Amino acid sequence: MRTYWLKQVWQRVRQLSGDDAYERYLAHYAGTHAGQPEAHAPLSRAEFFKQWQDQKWTGIKRCC
Amino acid sequence: MKAFWSRAGWASVALLGAAALAHVAMARGESLNALWLITAAVCVYLIGYRFYSAWIAANVLAIDATRATPAERLNNGRDYVPTNRWVVFGHHFAAIAGPGPLVGPTLAAQFGYLPGTLWILIGAVLGGAVQDMVTLFLSTRRNGRSLGQMARDEIGAIGGTAAMIGTFLIMIILIAVLGLVVVNAMKHSPWGTSTVAATIPIAMLVGVYMRYLRPGRVLEASLLGVILLLASVVFGGWIDHHPVLAAMFDHEGLPLAFSVIAYGFAAAVLPVWLLLAPRDYLSTYMKLGTVFMLAIAILWLRPEIHMPAITPFIDGTGPIFGGKLFPFVFITIACGAISGFHALIASGTTPKLITSEGDIRMIGYGAMLLESFVAIMAMIAATVLEPGVYFAINSPAGVVGKEALDAVNTISGWGYQVTVEQMQHLASAMGESTLFARTGGAPSLAVGMASILGTVFGEHLLALWYHFAIMFEAIFILTTLDAGTRVGRFMLQDMLGNLHPKLGETSYTPSVILTSALVVAGWGYFLYIGVIDPNGGVNILWPLFGIANQMLAAIALSVATGVLIKSSKVGKAWITGLPLIWLLAITTTAAYEKVFSSDIRVGFFAAAKDLSQKLAGGVLPPEKAAVAPQLIFNQQLDAWLTLFFVAMLWVVVLDMARMSRRYFARLPVRPSSEVAYVASRLV
Repeated sequence: MRTYWLKQVWQRVRQLSGDDAYERYLAHYAGTHAGQPEAHAPLSRAEFFKQWQDQKWTGIKRCC
Repeated sequence: MKAFWSRAGWASVALLGAAALAHVAMARGESLNALWLITAAVCVYLIGYRFYSAWIAANVLAIDATRATPAERLNNGRDYVPTNRWVVFGHHFAAIAGPGPLVGPTLAAQFGYLPGTLWILIGAVLGGAVQDMVTLFLSTRRNGRSLGQMARDEIGAIGGTAAMIGTFLIMIILIAVLGLVVVNAMKHSPWGTSTVAATIPIAMLVGVYMRYLRPGRVLEASLLGVILLLASVVFGGWIDHHPVLAAMFDHEGLPLAFSVIAYGFAAAVLPVWLLLAPRDYLSTYMKLGTVFMLAIAILWLRPEIHMPAITPFIDGTGPIFGGKLFPFVFITIACGAISGFHALIASGTTPKLITSEGDIRMIGYGAMLLESFVAIMAMIAATVLEPGVYFAINSPAGVVGKEALDAVNTISGWGYQVTVEQMQHLASAMGESTLFARTGGAPSLAVGMASILGTVFGEHLLALWYHFAIMFEAIFILTTLDAGTRVGRFMLQDMLGNLHPKLGETSYTPSVILTSALVVAGWGYFLYIGVIDPNGGVNILWPLFGIANQMLAAIALSVATGVLIKSSKVGKAWITGLPLIWLLAITTTAAYEKVFSSDIRVGFFAAAKDLSQKLAGGVLPPEKAAVAPQLIFNQQLDAWLTLFFVAMLWVVVLDMARMSRRYFARLPVRPSSEVAYVASRLV
């Protein structure tokens, strides 16, 4: 029981910080694009992270 | 039976809250325990959340959990992603809560603890949290459209333009005043300056680590950064005792201001991954960690509040900023009670992450309540100080006198006892050379936090806690500064792109340099004037920021009220209509007084006239005469800026009124831009 909650918290922390963003991207990729004829290979971790970070910082992200 | 216990439970929360609130409001004894404030606040939040926000969600907005959100319909694994509600809550809270709720209450404490506390509680529950939740709801129903776009779609082109220009100008004023807060915290403080400076290379190291050394390992890199930041606070103490190094980091305000300006330019031009993104990670962890730690420490320590409930300065003669209780307490505390800026976040990233409409209440309303709680803690940290000490730290030299003896005599003359020895003792305990006239709120907050945290986690570490608090404030002030400059740059590029398309390209280097330089010059100007102003600058810039922020809130509430009226919810449009009327009243009164008051500490034109007469009469000391022409020009500029803000506000409100009148007269109005119902597959 306790390990279950610890795992849950750890998962939220990873999600909140973006630590697991690449894994979530791969899961999303597998769910939607994989197997389609025009599909590209999934991005590498480094390549994905670059795009993710640049996009995360476009627009108003921080307030007063 | 369950229903009975639930009712009994909520009735006791209501009774406890009412009792605590009554005690806070009526207590006129020697001191009041901070636990009363915490209890009152928590009960008010619980009741507001459980009943008011639930009623709004069900009966006004008619939130429908079976309706697919944009995150579900448009899921692209990037910006539209259905996300766990606690994760969205965390993102949203980290985005809305910046230095504002810490600085505002600290300054407003000059009226005593009561006025600010009541406004923080009532303003948040009935105003700010409603604004955030309704804006988040409207944007979620419109695929995550921005406030400006929604104003354009729902009311008319005027509102959209006003929102855009308003946002741009707020950003300029906000960055200037925050820059000033950091400069005042670093002035002649080698420990503070070296620690703040160290955050830059640390952030860069974290950035390189995440990008190249171990791509995407965010938590590892952040842990490394947090450890280095804490080490830099300790190392700063060593620098402070080193004769050569201490001299290197010991500066006047002006060179520090120029370094902040140069830093702001560099941060806007450098790629985000190198400085902005890693700094943001560090500041978010610091912010969440410190707020949590402060809450624990306050609960543990239950400190006594020494500031009176209400001070005589409600008559407008306060040393920290001029102006009466009404309307200035409502202008000074924007963030923490109601902050228009939140509407930009609630109509930006957050609506694109929401999995179910059912989460809107918790995220929109709940996160604002948490920010309001941060403001209450800042109020406690400011008011646990002896009032004499609080005024000695926060009053500018131009008001209480430049010499320590003059300052303590003036302040003791008001009935708030303080001595030079007491201030010297406090300064040396905090590891600073002086704490007199350290305006801007950060040093006094840091002293308050250090005394609370120091008592719980080690008394002999006061100086360390003080500089930890300074670092904590500086790191996310600088994050706001970086992010704001960059947003300003994008907005300016967008506007200039209409004139010359090439300038609108965000990757065109000459345009990047030009627009960054223009934005930095904009806030750099106000920062420069703030530093050379012997009255400290904060007393001018903070009200200006408050007026601008409330103007943006009024725009958001106008859009919300207009949409509610259009969607045949006229009878319930008061939920945003009443806060709107209140904001119109306070913002217009404050703007009127800032422009036309004959009190030179309030009215911009009066101050400009007074200064030019003194300059012409040759009664100014030479160092003041040298800067007088710039100060005169700035006062006039501020007056026009205030007039512009308030004109912008009325344009939007009248445009909304025009649209509503057309609706009542059954004339055509712009159709609702709400996206049609699609059933969610997640429920």
